[in-house]
Amino acid sequence: MTITTYIIISIIKSLAVIFVLLTAVAYSVWLERKVSAHIQNRWGPTRVGPFGLLQPLADGVKFIFKEDLTPPYVYKPLYIAAPVISVVFAITSIAVVPFGNSLDIRAFHVGGLTIGPISTPFQITDLNIGVLVILGITSMGVYGVALAGWSSNSKYSLLGGLRASAQMVSYEVSLGLSLIPVLIWAGSFSLRDIVLSQRHMHWNVFYLPFGTLAFFLYLISAYAETNRTPFDLPEAESELVAGYHTEYSAMKFAMFFMAEYANMVTVACLATLLFFGGWLGPVWGSDGSLLNMAMPVIWFCLKVFFFMFLYVWVRWTLPRFRYDQLMAFGWKVLLPLSIANLVVTALWVAARA
Amino acid sequence: MLHLALFAFFGIICVAGAINLLVQRHPINSALSLVVVMASLAAEYLLLGAEFVAAIQVIVYAGAIMVLFIFTIMLLNAGEEERTKGSRVAILLGVPGVVIGAVLVAWVLIHHSNTQSVTIGALLGDPKSIARLLFSDFLLPFEVTSVLILIAIMGAVVLASRPGAVARPQTTPAAAKEENEGPQLVAAGRERR
Repeated sequence: MTITTYIIISIIKSLAVIFVLLTAVAYSVWLERKVSAHIQNRWGPTRVGPFGLLQPLADGVKFIFKEDLTPPYVYKPLYIAAPVISVVFAITSIAVVPFGNSLDIRAFHVGGLTIGPISTPFQITDLNIGVLVILGITSMGVYGVALAGWSSNSKYSLLGGLRASAQMVSYEVSLGLSLIPVLIWAGSFSLRDIVLSQRHMHWNVFYLPFGTLAFFLYLISAYAETNRTPFDLPEAESELVAGYHTEYSAMKFAMFFMAEYANMVTVACLATLLFFGGWLGPVWGSDGSLLNMAMPVIWFCLKVFFFMFLYVWVRWTLPRFRYDQLMAFGWKVLLPLSIANLVVTALWVAARA
Repeated sequence: MLHLALFAFFGIICVAGAINLLVQRHPINSALSLVVVMASLAAEYLLLGAEFVAAIQVIVYAGAIMVLFIFTIMLLNAGEEERTKGSRVAILLGVPGVVIGAVLVAWVLIHHSNTQSVTIGALLGDPKSIARLLFSDFLLPFEVTSVLILIAIMGAVVLASRPGAVARPQTTPAAAKEENEGPQLVAAGRERR
């Protein structure tokens, strides 16, 4: 296709994906409130629209109208830049995530134009180093937390920010190492190739024992990376006031909130792509004819929804780790297990070849 | 054409970040300028077709090493540098010296290098080729580099350990108590008794 067609299609895809992602982030807040409520035997939001479905809209309006005050002694440039950094890096990693197989549109005529046959993957771009790009963007997201804690010029914020960023940096190591067995089997860093290597129900999570172990190591490291319970000491309400976002109000706090849920969505997408077969479904989706375009996306969304539900379920079931227990667990348990899993998988693959 | 424009764009950002690093007075601004330099270098690697190196540059340099730099600056609570009157001799000799040095280097590089233009994709930059070379032809440098990093880690652990942890333990009980608890607590204990 021509370069202008490519640019126009990319812009349309980017806008659509950003819109869907921001709506998903807003409604994951709703999901969390409803699921946590039902776990605790109460109702959750029920008044704003049916089943409280318009609650995120009300929350958004509240955040916009709230007074956005800036405390006097903060270091202003970084105070304002830190939430922006968090949100930008949280949303960017959706650019390499494939949602489905491919979008094929036959040629049709509008007025005098012919919009020719278009075949484009259900992905903004298919980089051949997709996994590395997501890991790199996750590493850069630590800056938002660290700079927010420091620039707020307050003891609680500084300690919370340093704790949170030290935790994120520590668990990034085992996160990356736990993904390497998947890369060894797939033979490529490209997310599309990794999903296609799991055809016919050869999902990586069923690859006992290495795949299942890698999946659980990835999940635990990802929970710690996104600062979610049971690893959310740096930002829990009863610890350190509120950690690194103590001095933030209204829209800037909403941006940190959005960044946390967008990171959760990224982790859920990566878990489905690398371990649960991405958009491959049991009945349709692999080689279908009529629903060829839509069913893979539906399977993908169902799996991501399952992982978001799992996130909320784990949060409201487990107590949280103390900080020294958390760091000891990351360095003394997860890291050796990830390295051992990697070495044994590599030996196994080399011995079978 | 577009390639040249992108190269110039990221090159200017890189040089501007480097100059900003020198000019800023607060160390945290300098550290963040260094992050900008690292990221623009990663973009330059991408323009050369080395996508794996670009990704690793972001993950390792901009995402881990610079984060630790920023930790150190935050923990040490380093403040702004104070403005001193620059030495006039240094400015009189230094600025012309830098200009002459830069012109000499540029002249030598332009006239005496036999470089040719290469298209993106002509040189191998994908992970498979790099892995093949790294673990077969360059295995010894790879292993030696890992031992080097291990030595650096051990040196950091030794330097950061508590000063009393490696000292000789004291012989008499009073001196041992003083070593463990510190002179103020021992004196307070003696006073209360």
